[in-house]
Amino acid sequence: MSDNFERFKKCAVDVLSVEEDKIVPDATFESLDADSLDLVELVMALEEEFDVNVEEEELEGVTTIQGAFSLVESKL
Amino acid sequence: MISTSTNDAPSRVVLVTGGNRGIGLATAKKFHAAGHKVAVTARSGTADDTDGLLVVKCDVTNSESVDAAVSEIEASLGAVEILVSNAGITKDGLVLRMTDDDFADVLDANLTGGFRVAKRCVKGMMRARWGRMVFVSSVVGLGGQAGQANYAASKAGLVGLARSLAKEFASRNVTANVVAPGPIETDMLAALTDDQRAAMLAMVPAGRLGAPDEIAAAIAFLASEDAGYITGTVLPVDGGLSMG
Repeated sequence: MSDNFERFKKCAVDVLSVEEDKIVPDATFESLDADSLDLVELVMALEEEFDVNVEEEELEGVTTIQGAFSLVESKL
Repeated sequence: MISTSTNDAPSRVVLVTGGNRGIGLATAKKFHAAGHKVAVTARSGTADDTDGLLVVKCDVTNSESVDAAVSEIEASLGAVEILVSNAGITKDGLVLRMTDDDFADVLDANLTGGFRVAKRCVKGMMRARWGRMVFVSSVVGLGGQAGQANYAASKAGLVGLARSLAKEFASRNVTANVVAPGPIETDMLAALTDDQRAAMLAMVPAGRLGAPDEIAAAIAFLASEDAGYITGTVLPVDGGLSMG
């Protein structure tokens, strides 16, 4: 796993209050019991961690850990 | 866990903006007397008669000032759990003579100021899965008032703001409600002319001005453990002036 994914994972564990081993690329936010507010909160934490800017509309259609990670990584 | 008793209510961290006088100060004192940790903000950073309260300088028209003030409160008392958004100004005048700046300044302080503070505080409430926001509106926000188009618009705007916050954060056990005071004996009311004052009193079924403590009591209830299922409501405290 890349360094970036480890950083991503740390944010996700912190914000979503889930076990680290649940943060895998295929995991859906639904399966993690994360709703739209959690997703926004996660993105805010990621923006801070990676010093990127994610617009609200970019979150549409993001349903998995991989989706969110790719979105952030595309901005690095 | 749902607490149904106020006897064992935990001590909460409370922020009252514009808490250095009037309704804000009465509210801050009430929370303090109930055993909560209370911070008040004031533009000047000073206030009279604030024993036991943390007084923090804050200009609600400036996001950085809001951030600095809330950060200071977090460092001293902990994350804000109860927000009473009360800071407000007036720049009265008939619409025909009201400048764009008079209108915008009042909106910026009273409405956008409420937004800035709520935005800064809600994240902590969301994390804690517990929070109370009470916005101090006004009866004129619901009924309008000649000479106060800016003030009335800002106070009406708080209703939409509070109800949107109520919907966005309900799932996190964070409530947002509005108290709409009628004519209350404060400095702000002292600015009215005798005629305006008499006209206002004539419309109040209770036949008297309200006391700041009577607003504080309504705010304290909406912020209490017991009020967890009340959100998005507007509670007039106005001696029967608006009846709704």
